[in-house]
Amino acid sequence: MSSQENPEESLPAEQGDAHGEVARNDDPFADPGLPPHKPRIQDLDERAAKRSERVVAFLFTLSMLATVGFIASFVAFPIDRIVYVWPLGHVSALNLSLGMTLGIALFCIGAGAVHWARTLMSDVEVADERHPISATPEVKAKVMADFKAGAQESAIGRRKLIRTTMFGALALVPLSGVVLLRDLGPLPEKRLRTTSWAKGKLLINQNTMEPLRAEDVVVGSLTFAMPEGLKEDDHDFNTKIAKDALMIVRIQPDEIKDKKQREWAHEGIVAYSKICTHVGCPISLYEQQTHHVLCPCHQSTFDLSDGARVIFGPAGHALPQLRIGVNGEGYLEALGDFDEPVGPSFWERG
Amino acid sequence: MKKLSARRRHPLAAVVVLLLALAATGGLYAAFAPAGKAQADETAQSLAIEEGKKLYAVGCASCHGTGGQGTTDGPSLVGVGSAAVDFQVGTGRMPAQQPGAQVPKKKVIYTQAQIDQLAAYVASLGAGPITPTESQTNPEGADIGRGGELFRTNCAQCHNFTGEGGALTHGKYAPSLEGVSPKHIYEAMQTGPQNMPSFPDSTMPEKEKKDIIAYVKAVNGEETPSPGGFGLGNLGPVSEGLFAWIFGLGALIAVAVWVAAHTAKAKKS
Amino acid sequence: MSTATTTESKPQQKAPAGERVADWADGRLGIYSLAKANMRKIFPDHWSFMLGEIAMYSFLIIILTGVYLTLFFHPSMNEIVYHGSYAPMHGIRMTEAYASTLDISFDVRGGLLIRQIHHWAALIFLAAMFVHMMRVFFTGAFRKPREVNWLFGFLLFVLGMFTGFTGYSLPDDLLSGTGVRFTQGAILSVPVVGTYISMFLFGGEFPGHDMVARFYSVHILLLPGIMLGLMVAHLILVFYHKHTQFAGPGRTNNNVVGMPLLPVYMAKAGGFFFLVFGVIAMISALFTINPVWALGPYRPDQVSTGAQPDWYMGFAEGLVRVMPGWEINLWGHTLALGVFIPLTLFGLILAVIAVWPFLESWVTGDKREHHIAQRPRNSPTRTGFGVAWITVYFIGLVGGGNDLWATHFHLSINSITWFVRIGFFAGPVLAFIITKRICLGLQRRDAEKVLHGRESGIIKRLPHGEFVEIHEPLGQDQLHTLTAHEQYAPAEIGPSVDENGVERKVGPTQKLRAKLSKGMYGEGNQIAKPTAEEYKEITSGHGHH
Repeated sequence: MSSQENPEESLPAEQGDAHGEVARNDDPFADPGLPPHKPRIQDLDERAAKRSERVVAFLFTLSMLATVGFIASFVAFPIDRIVYVWPLGHVSALNLSLGMTLGIALFCIGAGAVHWARTLMSDVEVADERHPISATPEVKAKVMADFKAGAQESAIGRRKLIRTTMFGALALVPLSGVVLLRDLGPLPEKRLRTTSWAKGKLLINQNTMEPLRAEDVVVGSLTFAMPEGLKEDDHDFNTKIAKDALMIVRIQPDEIKDKKQREWAHEGIVAYSKICTHVGCPISLYEQQTHHVLCPCHQSTFDLSDGARVIFGPAGHALPQLRIGVNGEGYLEALGDFDEPVGPSFWERG
Repeated sequence: MKKLSARRRHPLAAVVVLLLALAATGGLYAAFAPAGKAQADETAQSLAIEEGKKLYAVGCASCHGTGGQGTTDGPSLVGVGSAAVDFQVGTGRMPAQQPGAQVPKKKVIYTQAQIDQLAAYVASLGAGPITPTESQTNPEGADIGRGGELFRTNCAQCHNFTGEGGALTHGKYAPSLEGVSPKHIYEAMQTGPQNMPSFPDSTMPEKEKKDIIAYVKAVNGEETPSPGGFGLGNLGPVSEGLFAWIFGLGALIAVAVWVAAHTAKAKKS
Repeated sequence: MSTATTTESKPQQKAPAGERVADWADGRLGIYSLAKANMRKIFPDHWSFMLGEIAMYSFLIIILTGVYLTLFFHPSMNEIVYHGSYAPMHGIRMTEAYASTLDISFDVRGGLLIRQIHHWAALIFLAAMFVHMMRVFFTGAFRKPREVNWLFGFLLFVLGMFTGFTGYSLPDDLLSGTGVRFTQGAILSVPVVGTYISMFLFGGEFPGHDMVARFYSVHILLLPGIMLGLMVAHLILVFYHKHTQFAGPGRTNNNVVGMPLLPVYMAKAGGFFFLVFGVIAMISALFTINPVWALGPYRPDQVSTGAQPDWYMGFAEGLVRVMPGWEINLWGHTLALGVFIPLTLFGLILAVIAVWPFLESWVTGDKREHHIAQRPRNSPTRTGFGVAWITVYFIGLVGGGNDLWATHFHLSINSITWFVRIGFFAGPVLAFIITKRICLGLQRRDAEKVLHGRESGIIKRLPHGEFVEIHEPLGQDQLHTLTAHEQYAPAEIGPSVDENGVERKVGPTQKLRAKLSKGMYGEGNQIAKPTAEEYKEITSGHGHH
């Protein structure tokens, strides 16, 4: 590959050659050349070399023993055996023994090989010449000539029609691949704008799976609710709950600063989307004294006593509130869907 | 801090205050008082309240007011219930030592008997959640799996997957649940101490609370196995990343230094 | 290459078996020519040259363990109710992906170990690539002829991040699911096409039923396939260019000094693979990573505090956490800058380090090959820039873990966020200034050492009572080493009028180039290395004390 003689101009010239070049008297900084090789103890003392040999052999033997240990552990320890090992704690005997024996078996091979290389193989440093990477002008000229000849023979420059149509065909053919990707998913349409909530849907307490009554929700408490009719074993449960999840708190009505919020609440019981408006984490770190709710993912903080407006962090707008009321039997119910999309902002949100 | 008292006062409170308080403290005191039962109840109860009042006057009144009505330094205790006292004093949070974002867990300075007396006194000020009994909090036989699901819905957002705790706003935090007794976990859910919201029986019934306690004990107990080895605090990718950099890459670089280093020469020249 | 003189072996005595096999292979593959060029290839010894090896070996370990994991993992989002070996998850609905990860951990003997090796190796792989990249950056080893290889390496780092991310998401646990939700939110913030990309990526609304299967093919096939190709290309170029080396006696730009591939480097590098594997295996025996069983299956309405990505995405996480919540609503459209700006910055900051080599070569106008690794101090501006970049990166990382710093150092999460916001702008500036000053100081010290010798620590009392420390003159090898680096002169725009007195046109790019050049190599931005004349004057003039 790089055996031909090459122009030297792309390598800086001022540095001298490597081997034992005698310093020119006028340059105190001249390269003195590679220092002479200094022998190691092992090079001079056969006993030391023998010692190294034994160490290497010992390491390789240890590796063999560790592999035997690995197989023995695999057979001996049941997978659920938990043992207490200070300071690790109650760990799996199998994981610990397999990992340690495998680790030792591998490490010892490596350590043996490196020790062998370091102490017994020659450590004479050798210099290898570099050759410039760029081709000589002759080579370049030959390549260019070959290329031109090839191009000429194909007549690609002359028969423009062929060239143009070929580029056209090549440019168009990947479109098939792009088109095929179309069915990766549906178009957005209004999907992000609606949830399962609708007028009259009861608020189901996620702890008990029973509908919530107004008196169940006391001041200072926190409850999570989902819409009536949604079941955990529904095929689309995760996709639905990703938009439907509600966070229910009760605030003394006179502490609610936002007028709309008070109207949309029922006697201070407010229902907010549990899905953060930043990137959609379930936000629910509710501080009942400050009424702040914090997102554990990126620390957006919302004030639930003031229309859930953003008071800190990267969220761009308030949490959507669900308008709720009480039906004839005293159960909390939704008075419609959210009036804005829940979850993260998107371009068409408006 | 006045808000606390206002919110805690339930509309029904005024009516049932005395009745509930008497029942609660009586029942509780009975568990610790060796005296004969029914006849001694009333006297034991009032005795406990008396004793509790004395303890209260010394340890609590300076912040919470002489009658538990609250001051600028501490919220009213009317209607917080014996469970709140048992939690706050029983975990050493009360009496508080210094103002800060949040009152931390400390060494408990009262005996359980004294805590019960204090609880009896505070409960006598107004009805509130009652200290749970042993059978209410014992997680034996509870559904751990269901508890895990409830924990991840209601608790993990603040206390982390396995209850290692986490940060809240402005220096507040959700404490670690490691080593917290089932009773105190139960009481915390019932009463919602400090900024923690409450999970009252109306929305989180006793059985669900037990499931949660069982889950916490299963994943963050003293005997909880960590099959893969040392858990690095169970804090997730941050501690894992730090470990990978400092110890993982660190060890490998140390090995690399050994591999690349020159072997000792026979003689220095 | 065409040494196709077929070896018609004479029917004398038979060659040894190994040789016959080699002959067979040579006749078909031409291995002798290949071996001739490479068998005794020289590699220089320096620990920092092995950082890339750590990365390569951990990549191989990841591939080996990853193949094993595919034998047991079910990349499916079909839901089942768990009744396996891990009691705290009994009766919980979960996807098969999550359930099979539990099975790997609790029912497959050694499965947990392999999972942990796979994950630890992934974290170390990315960390090793990072430090390797920084080593190359700070020693200027990206200069001609290695710019292409620098880009290959950079691509490997970026692809490694995404391969890691898709792998981290596969078990469909609550932590990784939260991360995917974040990604989906970030995609939604992209103007115009965001919602479409999200719908296509997840097969509909988040989370849908396709995510795991799609991420699986990306994680085990698409990305690692590209990475394997890039890694091989990276290695071929390392062989072809031959490794850089630090300046020293006998080590010039025209040679490479070290030990031959066979046997020393074969043993060292081969052994190092086993060492890396061994260390990672032991770490995996002793330390848990990503205990998915404790996290629970993903549900979009559940979350845990301390929701972080693996460290290599922590920098992006930090940018997102500290960004103020800007959002623009205009003409019925929403631009979620609070998410989109960090998303853009993430790409930009990575791109900045990738293009630096091209910027630098444009400023220096240097077209020569460089094979001597520079000492970071001898390129103060570049070193300062690199440290500033790392500072931004690590400040981002700190921001990504703000909740844990808050709880563990009893700080307010809001204060940390503000610290990171300010640090993001002030940190790199400070780091640049401080680093540059340190570099210049070190250059001065080198010059001092060359001219006046090394401080010996021996105090001599002169006849008139003065105490002086004896400076030992340096040996020629050290003199050479300390003065071997080249120094660029700042580019000049040249006179504003040409020799005919006509005003010369100087384009703005040329002006910019001169300005940058001055900033890198001008007065005060590098210390002129001692000249032979200075040295002679000092050594002959006063003798040395």
